[in-house]
Amino acid sequence: MSGQKFPAAEFSGADLSCRRGGRTVFTGLSFRIVSGEVIVLRGPNGSGKTTLLRLMAGLARAVSGTLHWNDADIADDLCAHGARLGFAGHLDAVKSAQTVRENIAFWASLRGAAPTHVDQALNTFGIRHLSDIPARVLSAGQRHRVALARVAVSGAPLWLLDEPTNTLDDAALNALRDTLSAHLQRGGMIVMASHGDLFLPQARALDLRQTQPAAIAA
Amino acid sequence: MSGFSTILRRELTLSLRSQGDVMTVIAFFAIAAALFAFGVGPELNVQSRIASGVVWTTALLAALLSLERLFALDYEDGTLDQLMLSGTEPIAMVLAKTLAHWLTTGLALLIAAPVVALALQLPTQAYGALMMSLALGTPTLSLLGAVGAALILGAKRGGVLLSLLLLPLYIPILIFGAAAVEGATLGLSTSAPYAVLGGLLVAALTLCPWAAASALRHALE
Repeated sequence: MSGQKFPAAEFSGADLSCRRGGRTVFTGLSFRIVSGEVIVLRGPNGSGKTTLLRLMAGLARAVSGTLHWNDADIADDLCAHGARLGFAGHLDAVKSAQTVRENIAFWASLRGAAPTHVDQALNTFGIRHLSDIPARVLSAGQRHRVALARVAVSGAPLWLLDEPTNTLDDAALNALRDTLSAHLQRGGMIVMASHGDLFLPQARALDLRQTQPAAIAA
Repeated sequence: MSGFSTILRRELTLSLRSQGDVMTVIAFFAIAAALFAFGVGPELNVQSRIASGVVWTTALLAALLSLERLFALDYEDGTLDQLMLSGTEPIAMVLAKTLAHWLTTGLALLIAAPVVALALQLPTQAYGALMMSLALGTPTLSLLGAVGAALILGAKRGGVLLSLLLLPLYIPILIFGAAAVEGATLGLSTSAPYAVLGGLLVAALTLCPWAAASALRHALE
């Protein structure tokens, strides 16, 4: 959450291609993002937004192309790359048997974050009053807030968010916007897939329609 | 190493909260062994003759029960993604989850084994060998199981597949585990089966976490 600034960094991908189930999802995709920037991935369903985010996280592998963090290929040390990013995908990774606080505290302690950050994240996303109830009784929106709070406590400079606005109400949307702005102000980077409004004035769009195999052939 | 203990602690909390897990393993172990006793009939000689093999076979099947879910639950709810990105080495994560599996099944079986053996009339002089062979053998079951559990991710009917994958690999452990108990029953030296079980454990400890970690990476792609 609040804290000192991140060291200046650059994250880039060059000439990325990805196949899923024998079909080329995108090809010849390049991007570059530096500290304090935000990229919003645009494109219709199936254009590879989620795949690109998983590629950036090092979870999926590209058929061709490379990803670099400050000139170091991320494939050389995937574990270190994981430590420098916070990821919120379609799955919220919330354990029903644990309380909200236990869920977030587990990830905070894996990342070596201070317990005060957990309280701060609970407050930010308006789930403080739920902190001691088991996660099994949460609604979809509330579980999603827990997932976002996990990203907030990660202390990582790069945030990869897949449809972060899904299932959120107005209050949570405001909290998300504030959290994202604060992260950018600290020198963090954000890449997110979104159909909705960009809602961050400085956001740059990366349109995946231009890297579809059909668009290139045409 | 802090990641290892954090994950281990969470795994143990989760499996103790769903108390069913540990109790199911022990109950299955006891009931399966009882089936053998009923099937063979009340002949004491026969029962004590087959006790070593029955205890080992049923313990091995009981250990298999909860293996299917070792990684499957985390795979389905996205936890596995997050664990891979947590900055903890995947091998340390696999070791933590495997150790948690052993503590909640292997160790539970170890505690229940003398009672089951008693019901099967295992001769008194063989109890030490039973405990020792299970202590050396069950960690190997969990380690091999972790590789299998990682390989079946994403497959339909993974549980059946897992049994087909693992049971053949469990045969050496069964042979030498039962041989140790058998040897002790007959008053022979048990050092040879112990040595083999120990060797298998060391080999599994060095190779399995690495193999399971790569299988997990593949499953997430």
